[in-house]
Amino acid sequence: MINTTKGEMDESLLEKREGVVDNDHEYTTWVEYWHEGELVHRSVHVTLKQAAVFSVPELATFG
Amino acid sequence: MCTSFMSELMTATHNFGTAPTRGTSAADTFKAALYLASATINASTTAYSSTGEVTGTNYTAGGVSVTNATAPTSTNASATAGTAYWTPSASITYTNVTLSTAFDAVLIYNSTQSNKAVSVHTFGSQTITSGNFTLTMPSNTTSTALLRLATT
Repeated sequence: MINTTKGEMDESLLEKREGVVDNDHEYTTWVEYWHEGELVHRSVHVTLKQAAVFSVPELATFG
Repeated sequence: MCTSFMSELMTATHNFGTAPTRGTSAADTFKAALYLASATINASTTAYSSTGEVTGTNYTAGGVSVTNATAPTSTNASATAGTAYWTPSASITYTNVTLSTAFDAVLIYNSTQSNKAVSVHTFGSQTITSGNFTLTMPSNTTSTALLRLATT
């Protein structure tokens, strides 16, 4: 059963569409379920790749 | 800079100025809020704001709590370089939501300390319809952790 805008529906009644985005920032998968031409469910799973990095110069030295 | 110092920054061990008085040594609570693609949310953000935040069915303003079961750690790469790092210990999930207006960013912020901002992470613009939005964290390593303080 799939949770939809029309309540829980049997997957066999729905058209399933899936996609993937893979780049330097993320690996994302999405799944949509359509019923009679209407989008009734869309879920997304994003795996983050890009971390927040705060870099500072190397060990301070005295001249 | 000493690598241990960087991880101690993440645990509020050092205080060079005026800082909140802590009544407990427990870790703070961090939350994750989603922002519209049209919102201004970036490195200049200083605290959580509902301005530009997503709204929709089953989404609560302020977002969801971040699971924090793994303390910050640090590793020396050499005598002059190292990395302190931290990653939430579980995926961040918004369950059974409908978010009809495109969003493309998540703000991690400290809800214990006046909602002060920690980091912003962006991704491709998304909408959700009666579904789940899940953010899976990168591996908690020196090169991939979600938050890293590094000397190079």
